Amino acid sequence: MNANKIYPWYFSSGAIVLYLLFIVAPALLGIYYSFTDWNSYSSEKNFIGLEHFRTILAGDPTYLLFIKNTVLFTLVTSIAKTILGLFLALLLVSGVKAANLHRMIIFSPQVLSFLIVGLVFKSLLDPNNGFVNVTLRSMGLDVLAQNWLGSLTWAMPSIMAVDTWKGMGYIMVLFIAGLLAIPRDYYEAASIDGAGFGQKLFRITIPMLMPTITIATVLNITYGLRVFDAVYVLTNGGPGNATDVINTAVYSSFAKGYWGLGSALSTILFVIMAIISFFIIRLMNRKVEY
Amino acid sequence: MRLRKRLASIGLNVIAWLLSLVVLIPFVVIVLNSFKSDAEAKVLKLTLPEKFIFENYKIVYEQGHLGGSFFNSLLHSGASSLLLVFVVAFSAFTLSRNHSRLSKFLYFFLILGITLPLNYIPLMEVMKSMGMINSHLGMILLYTAMGIPISLFITYAFVSNIPKELDEAAIMDGCNGIKLFLRIIVPLLTSVLVTVFVLNFLSIWNEFTAPLYMLNTVEMWPMTLAVYNFFGQFSAQWNLVSADIVLTSLPVLIVFLIGQKYIVGGLTSGAVKG
Repeated sequence: MNANKIYPWYFSSGAIVLYLLFIVAPALLGIYYSFTDWNSYSSEKNFIGLEHFRTILAGDPTYLLFIKNTVLFTLVTSIAKTILGLFLALLLVSGVKAANLHRMIIFSPQVLSFLIVGLVFKSLLDPNNGFVNVTLRSMGLDVLAQNWLGSLTWAMPSIMAVDTWKGMGYIMVLFIAGLLAIPRDYYEAASIDGAGFGQKLFRITIPMLMPTITIATVLNITYGLRVFDAVYVLTNGGPGNATDVINTAVYSSFAKGYWGLGSALSTILFVIMAIISFFIIRLMNRKVEY
Repeated sequence: MRLRKRLASIGLNVIAWLLSLVVLIPFVVIVLNSFKSDAEAKVLKLTLPEKFIFENYKIVYEQGHLGGSFFNSLLHSGASSLLLVFVVAFSAFTLSRNHSRLSKFLYFFLILGITLPLNYIPLMEVMKSMGMINSHLGMILLYTAMGIPISLFITYAFVSNIPKELDEAAIMDGCNGIKLFLRIIVPLLTSVLVTVFVLNFLSIWNEFTAPLYMLNTVEMWPMTLAVYNFFGQFSAQWNLVSADIVLTSLPVLIVFLIGQKYIVGGLTSGAVKG
């Protein structure tokens, strides 16, 4: 049987052509543009070498802040979503009533656009008339009422909290699937040996969930590093530049007409992601042995 | 012992409901707010409106470009997801079955896009050069391309699980590649292809970044951009913004309720076995 005749590569040509045109070509062009002074104020593109990268990494400290914010956002939301997702999954498989209903409710924000979720929380977190502060004040807790999205201290944590609120359901669903795949006899055997809840959690559940934890971490990290909507809608990078991340900075350099610089920022993100992808692909191909 | 178990179970149920409420309350506040008068909606509270004002929805529909943008979103999501199913089914079939070096390389090359970020600035240049800025066709092809990596990843695994003996039997009976694919493989892939369709439909419906860069005329806007713009105009009238939020979320929530099985199944596939 001639495999190339039955499974000809050109069956994939549709996917390959679209992918090359819309994903690969812009990526390569972007790398080229990051070495030019391309902008909206002149029609020429001059080659300027590593100038943009010097500005970003060693010149203007605000750019380092964007990179730092991106990494911080990724770390905090990944950890928060993993812990909350695991907690929720354990709760829902523990035999609570209406577990499917809870699962549906907690998962539902995941299917909404971040634009919608962002607008919802913009209204709930409004410093004067938002639901959160109004509720806090009505309980006499005025001290806790903050300018959630407008203060230097609270803006970033608020964005991270909203993002976790939206994304934890997805991670929970992954963990539920993972938990249900663990054979029950392991727990029965452990119970007979007198293991308590904590021992079962750390000796059986978490080790058996490692493949799921890996996938969840991969999803969280790749999402976090590329975050745009969450920040753009909630604070648009403000107050000042305090909550700007790489992709919002790319958008503002695009809007200001600094296309070469924007491309350079994008290229830095691209390189970070490429390194991480290399490890991810290796992880995805690793067969897991129990 | 019995009593302790009962108490623990009540405690767990209470915690589960509290957490569900943390997710539900924001939505409830918005829905209630969407029926309130301007003055009443100024302060966001978890109270029933004094009088239900349905007028808000009419205003939003008329001023928010919702009709047109609904059809734009439907066109972009529907056409791209359909095209994706078609393109991905074909490529998953050959790439998964043909074990040549070339097809292995192509598979990894294509799924690399799962993690790599899109560079929108040069993408605009590329699309401009093809005359695809501000065009429905451009958006549809772009969304299709964006969906290929993850959809291929999901579908590929499914094709690998179909026994190869089926292929051999079909070839013996005189099928060629295309017949084998359409008559034997595609029917077995129905459920994963539905999953691919639903997942992409939702993610394209929710897409905000791509249209923000690529579309600059009101007539072309999908719902996300229309809502964002509406918010910019009416940010002082939370009742209207709330009604707009409700109207925009409804289609997605309906798709979610109908396709829940496929969505959750698709998102978790591959996550368990690693």
